[in-house]
Parts: sequence; C-alpha cells; structure tokens
Amino acid sequence: MGTIQRFPHSAKAAATNPLKMSQPLGAALAFLGVDRCMPLFHGSQGCTAFGLVLLVRHFREAIPLQTTAMDQVSTILGGYENLEQAVRTIHERNAPALIGVATTGVTETKGEDMAGQYSLFRQRNPALAGLKLVFANTPDFSGGFEDGFSAAVTGIVEEVVQPSETTVKGQINVLAGCHLSPGDVEELRDIIESFGLSPIFLPDLSLSMSGRQPDDFTATSLGGVTVEQIASMGASELTLVVGEHMRVAAAALELKTDVRSVFFDRLTGLEASDRLVRTLSELSGRPVPAKLRRQRETLVDGMLDGHFFYSRKRIAVALEPDLLYAVTSFLADMGAEVIAAVSPTQTAVLEKLKAATVMVGDHSDVETLARDADLIVSNSHGRQGAARIGVPLHRMGLPMFDRLGAGLKVHVGYRGTRELLFEIGNLFLSREMDHDEHGHAHGHPHGDGHEHGQHCGSGSCGCSAG
Amino acid sequence: MLQEKLQDVFNEPGCSTNQAKSEKERKKGCSKALKPGAAAGGCAYDGAMIALQPIADAAHLVHGPIACLGNSWDNRGTKSSGSQLYRTGFTTDMSELDIIHGGEKKLYKAIKEIVQQYDPPAVFVYQTCVPAMIGDDIEAVCKFAAKKLGKPVIPVMAPGFVGSKNLGNKLAGETLLDHVIGTVEPEVTTPTDICIVGEYNLAGELWLVKPLLDEIGIRILSCISGDGRYNEVAQAHRARLTMVVCSQALVNVGRKMQERWGIPYFEGSFYGVSDMSDTLRTMARMLVERGADKAIIDRTEGVIAREESRVWRRLEPYKPRFDGKRVLLFTGGVKSWSMVTALEGAGLTIVGTSTKKSTKEDKERIKKMKGEEFHQWDDLKPRDIYKMLRDSEADIMMSGGRSQFIALKAKVPWLDLNQERHTPYAGYDGIVNLCEEIDKTLSNPIWRQVRLAAPWDMKPDAKPDARPVGA
Repeated sequence: MGTIQRFPHSAKAAATNPLKMSQPLGAALAFLGVDRCMPLFHGSQGCTAFGLVLLVRHFREAIPLQTTAMDQVSTILGGYENLEQAVRTIHERNAPALIGVATTGVTETKGEDMAGQYSLFRQRNPALAGLKLVFANTPDFSGGFEDGFSAAVTGIVEEVVQPSETTVKGQINVLAGCHLSPGDVEELRDIIESFGLSPIFLPDLSLSMSGRQPDDFTATSLGGVTVEQIASMGASELTLVVGEHMRVAAAALELKTDVRSVFFDRLTGLEASDRLVRTLSELSGRPVPAKLRRQRETLVDGMLDGHFFYSRKRIAVALEPDLLYAVTSFLADMGAEVIAAVSPTQTAVLEKLKAATVMVGDHSDVETLARDADLIVSNSHGRQGAARIGVPLHRMGLPMFDRLGAGLKVHVGYRGTRELLFEIGNLFLSREMDHDEHGHAHGHPHGDGHEHGQHCGSGSCGCSAG
Repeated sequence: MLQEKLQDVFNEPGCSTNQAKSEKERKKGCSKALKPGAAAGGCAYDGAMIALQPIADAAHLVHGPIACLGNSWDNRGTKSSGSQLYRTGFTTDMSELDIIHGGEKKLYKAIKEIVQQYDPPAVFVYQTCVPAMIGDDIEAVCKFAAKKLGKPVIPVMAPGFVGSKNLGNKLAGETLLDHVIGTVEPEVTTPTDICIVGEYNLAGELWLVKPLLDEIGIRILSCISGDGRYNEVAQAHRARLTMVVCSQALVNVGRKMQERWGIPYFEGSFYGVSDMSDTLRTMARMLVERGADKAIIDRTEGVIAREESRVWRRLEPYKPRFDGKRVLLFTGGVKSWSMVTALEGAGLTIVGTSTKKSTKEDKERIKKMKGEEFHQWDDLKPRDIYKMLRDSEADIMMSGGRSQFIALKAKVPWLDLNQERHTPYAGYDGIVNLCEEIDKTLSNPIWRQVRLAAPWDMKPDAKPDARPVGA
C-alpha cells in the first residue's frame, strides 16, 4: 500500500484535459428529471450551447435548454431584462410546468442578485403567478457538476414541495443524486415497487432521459417527476437520500415536511444493497421478494467467481465525487487496490475514500498516477490518456459519448452491482486470457511492461480450467 | 481595442451581405440581437476556437472558468496528420479567488507550464467572458509571456458575449492577421503555392482534395486551419493565391491578405461535382495569371475530365435507388447550395433547404434555379420540421447534429452534415461517400420495423406490416 495523501490539489495553474464540468450543467440535468421542464441558463449563449452539446452526446436525446443570451451591454448593465424576457418567451412558446434557471460565471461575476430578481419578476408578472420558477445559484467558477445538481434539487424542493397534514401509506421519496443514471433510477423503482411501495423520485431521469418515442414534438422535457408529484412529497412516509451531495436537499425537505429521511452513501455493492433491501422490507412490513433473493444469490456467486481477477488489481478511478466513492468502495470490496482516486472537486465524501492517493485533479493527473495501473475507470474523456499509457479504460459517469446506451447503465442494487462486477471482471479476464495465449503458447515475455498479474497460476483464476 | 476590432469586422467590404447593405446598415454590424429564451447556437469564443483549434501542433489554452472548456473539449472531428496536441484541453479553470484577485498571474503560470512541458511552436490564449469582465489584460500577459518564454503567445480576443459563433470565426481570423500570418518565411516557395482559408479538415476532408492538387502540381503552402501547423499558417503571406472556403466566416482573412501582400483571393467550395471542378479551374487560371506555368491548366482539365467521368460512373448505380426520394436539407448557406446540385445530379429530389446563413444572392440563385415553389426557410421551428417529416414530406433529413432527434423521433432517416460526422464529403470522392451514406441509411431495414405499432396497440385485423404513422 502506498502512503495515503490527503487529497492535495494538483499545484498546476493549467488544468489539462479537465475532468470537471461546471455547476450549471449539473443543474440542467436535475431540471431535466422534472416533467415538462425548461432549464434556462442565465448567461451568454455559449454557456448553453456547450452544455447542450455535451448532454446530447451523452444521452443521444434532444435536450431542452435555453439561454438568456446575455450580450456585452446586458452583462454590464445587469441582466434582469434578459431574464424576464427569456422566462416570458419560454412561457409563451412552450408553457412548461417548471422553468429552472441556473446562473453562470457571467451573471455570478457581475453579481446578479437572484433572490431580488425572483421577487421583482413575481411583482411585475402577477399574471404568471401560477408558473413554477426555480432559481439556482450555480457559478461556473466554484464547485462542479454535483454542486449544481444539488443546488437545483434543493431549489425545486424549496419552491415546489408542500407540507402535508396526512401521510399516504406506502409513498416514499427518493432524492436521487446525479451519480444515478436513468437506468439506475429505473432499477431502484423496480426494487422499491417490489415491496409494494410507491416511490417519488426527485429528479426522475428514468422517465425523461432513457430514450423516449413521443407522439409529437415537445420543446420541454418529456417525462420525469411531475410538479404535482413533487408537491405531494410532504405526504410520504420516508425519504431515501442517495448520495452525499443530496444532503442539503434532504435537509431542506425534512425542514419543510417533517418526513423522516434515511441516508445511503452508496447503493453499489453487496452490503450497501443489503441495507437498502432491509430498510424497504422493514418499512413495508413485507418479506423480500423472490426476485431480489435470487439476485442476491447470483451476486454472491459472481463475487466468488470474479474475485480471482480483482484481487490486488491496481486501479485508478476518476469520477464525480459520489460516483467515485461508490466505485472505489465497490472495488475495495472486491479486493482490488485503488491506487488513485481523482475527483474534479473538493467535497466531504473524499474523506471516506479508500485509495492510496486521493487527489483533486484532471485527466492528466490520472495519466501520471495510473502509469502502472491495470485499469482506469473514468468518463470518455479518459480515453486519450489511457491510450497514451496503454492502460485499459472502463467508462463510467458522464460524458460517455463513445458508447451506446450510456444513460441506461445500471450499477445499483444486487443486479447492478453484478453487472458492474462482470463488466470490469471481464476486462481483466480477457487480458489474462490473451496473456496466456501469448505467454504460454509462444514463450514470449509479457509485452506490456506489467510486472504484476503475469502468472495466471494453475487453474486458480480459471483461465486454464477449460 | 476589442470594440474597434468588432467595428472593423462588421464593416468587412468583402462580405457579400455587407455589399448589399447601405452604409448606415453596415455600421450597425452583423450581429443580430439574440432573443432571450429563444436563442440557440454558440458564442464568439466557440467560433474562435472552431477556427483556430485545427492548428494541430499549437497549444490552445482557455482562460476562464471551467464551463468554457470543461463542457466543450474533445468534441469536434477535425483531423491532424501529425501532432495531436490540439486535442489536449488546457484551461486556467478560474476559481472564485482568481476572480477576486485577477487571473493574470495564474494565466502566465499556465502558459509557462505548457511551454515547459509540451514545447509547442506557439500558444493560443482564448479570452472568455469572465476574465473580460474582471479586466484581466490578456494581451499584456501574452506579450510578457512571449518575451519571457521566447515563443509566440497569441491572445484570441473573442469573449463569448460579444456575439455569435460566426463573429468569433472572424475575430479568430483577425487574430491570425495581427499576430501570426507574415511572421515566418518559408524555406522554399513555388509559383503554385496556395493558401486555403476556412477549411477545417473535418473527418479528414482536406485529404480527399489534396491528392488532386498534388497531381496538378498545386502546393498547399498553408491551410487555415485544417490539419494546420503553426509555422505553415505563419507563412501564408507567401502564397500566390488564397481560396476562401467558408466565405461567411473568414472572408476578412482573404481580403486583408490581398490588401497587405497583394495575394488575390476567390471564394470556392469543395462540395459537389461542379463546384469542385470550378474551384480547380479557378485555382489554375488565377495561378497562371500570376505567372505559374500554363501547363497546370491542361493538367487541371485532365484531372477534372477523369474525375468527373469517374464520379458520374460511380454515382450511376445510386440513381435508380434514389428515384423519387426526397431530401430535406438543413445546413448553412454555401454548403447547402453546393450540395443541392450534387445531390440532384445523383437523382435525388431536394424539397427544401434552410437559408439561415445564406446571403441574399444565394437565395436569389436558388430561387432562379429551383423555381418559386421550392421551399426556403429562414427559420423553421423544430415542431414544424417534425410535422413535415412525420407527414412524409421528405424521405431523409440532412442537417447538423443538434437537430438529429427531430428526424429520429419522427422515425425518419437522418444524416449528419456538420462537424461531428465521421465521413468526409469533400471533393469528388466525397460526393460518392455522401451518396453511399444516404443509400445506406435509406435502405436500412429498421425503418419499417420502428414504425410498427406495439403488439398492444395493434388492431386485431391489421396486417403486421401496416405502417401506422406518417404512411
């Protein structure tokens, strides 16, 4: 084991091949999980164009996203006029159920007073009193994707959720962090519903971003949690909070509704999934359904089959903080060594990471730290560095523009953990099998300069079993 | 400074839109005020980056908060035959503290790090909105860094909020004129050296054209900026002729090179058979006018004759397959015009095209050729495009990536004509590639399947292959 360095920032002045994505983009994604929503960036139009292209490339879906189109003059004089005009235009053209406004570096540097602009808008537009409007402060120059996502969800909770006198039996809330893909949310829904409970996800990307085939063209998001459902979250029995970055939103929700919340720092891995299942079983008073029992059994079996290939493997992981935590923890569960965990931003969850080096950095830092690694786990941007140092890349997170079905990957619950286990395990397995062919059959030394893992042993790893 | 530059760019006399305007109109500039809540498209910084980033061996450093580069790097299909440094994303990733204290020191440090680690022939530094707002003097930092580090460090003054992507292209051109072109002398020059402006080598398109030029004996001294090298761009002033490919974006470069160094320019296109031949002919003629050996005209005619007959022969098999197929074309001005003629040559029918980026003359030209009933849209709403496709007014849509889902959600074939595609469409071979791509998607068996009703929606007596939508 290496020495544990407590996440130093890399001392560079130039971020090289950045891992970080900005706050407004995270906010946009959260807003996209609300039905008939239009996210709006308060900034110059490039801010929106870049974010839009990134999300389009990842999800392969049309992405509704608008801009207040700040120009030089409005940037200097103040952008309220642009904001009001944008909101009114969007309302007239598309009549969305919610408009989610995220600020950018431009408006935050100017210091636009968003709370003030909100009241001013309400004052000047009494006719639009029914329009749901969420303003989130998401400067590009601080925090990152997760923080923006968190700010938007918190904003939605504060604007839309209503306290309730009564409780609806079996209704539960799920604050779903941005490390959950649409596929993950779908999986969670399956699990929760299998206990006879009815979940309200905030946001619910599984309904809006997992590949819709609408009957007509809509300019807003299509599918997702409805504003009415969000309003009714106060009547739930319990809130499941998934991800460290959902804590603030969870606090806001509890404060507003008195609904008790249960926190999950991750849902990937056997024990993490066990805890979820136990919680749901206790809450519903129902036994664990046969399907989940079978899934658990196969996960345990998969861990037994797969651990040969994971043990002592040296892995570098670079992802958004909560996903980074979920993945590094899972890899540690499997006996792998996380030699480097690189996060784009500084957050509390980094304290909990099990890794030899934890660092706030970029893809070029990964490239340096992963030189003798067996695997890099990161987003598609990691491919350039991984290719240069000849280490295989397993793609996770966002953006994932060079793979199909990026949004539908599942890595939560017994089934999702099993899928992740097999995907990464197969990468190791295929490399060992290839080595075996070259090494044993032709007597060549291993050509890739790796010292570890070169001897497959006699049957223990299974590669010479057949 | 920047204001003067903007005025200058707006006044561009080489711009055909400007020529049609009164002096007063011209002064107002060409950047239309964007409508908040209904605007789309990139900003000036985006445009500047698009124009310069294909200079492959230079480092491109974005001075700004993370959004400007973090959300956008590694997303264009421009190709390089050598250095890959242009694909590395560099940014100062400005934080709150940089905004309070100013980002100049960090910027200098970043430039220094890049020079020390990568030793590029030059560093381009892109100004973005936030440092422009807090008053970081990027030009001064670049000047200082250049002196200190002994390398060209070039400020690209195109912060996003000054205008559109197109304006950013022009500002990038100005940057090259101010700081790059004319700073390096070529070792050898020939009477047939040319400079190509506004060609970005997307999907390797330049490489479909270059062999033909080689064969004729025309040398690309510099291409601005596809598959470009910094020193080649810096030598552009020794070209004998400039070809401006995307005239809307970089005509200012062609005109000012003429003004400064007496290099004549022409506007041409590599898209479509006849446009391609015209381009080669014009090149040869103009080079001969400037003293090149007359023999290149014969060689050009020889190449054109051979290539044209080859391309028509290769397009022949597509004609019966394309018979009756209708295309909806949504792309910028000149490109769509070149494409129209090429696609019609292959037997397709074009039902309409967007003219958002076309000049008045372009529009007139199309009207004259195609008649009044041919659709030209300045601005068509996504919902209307969707409806047109759904109602089967076209069999395929060709556009940029942003509108692909309008077609795909309407379950109609779609083909990418813009920067993210992987197939080159330039030159004679490019047109064949394009027809192959169209044929491939039109004849894909998925179209029948995806239009089938779900089992639970099917009427009991309906035939299983009945087309439920847009039939």
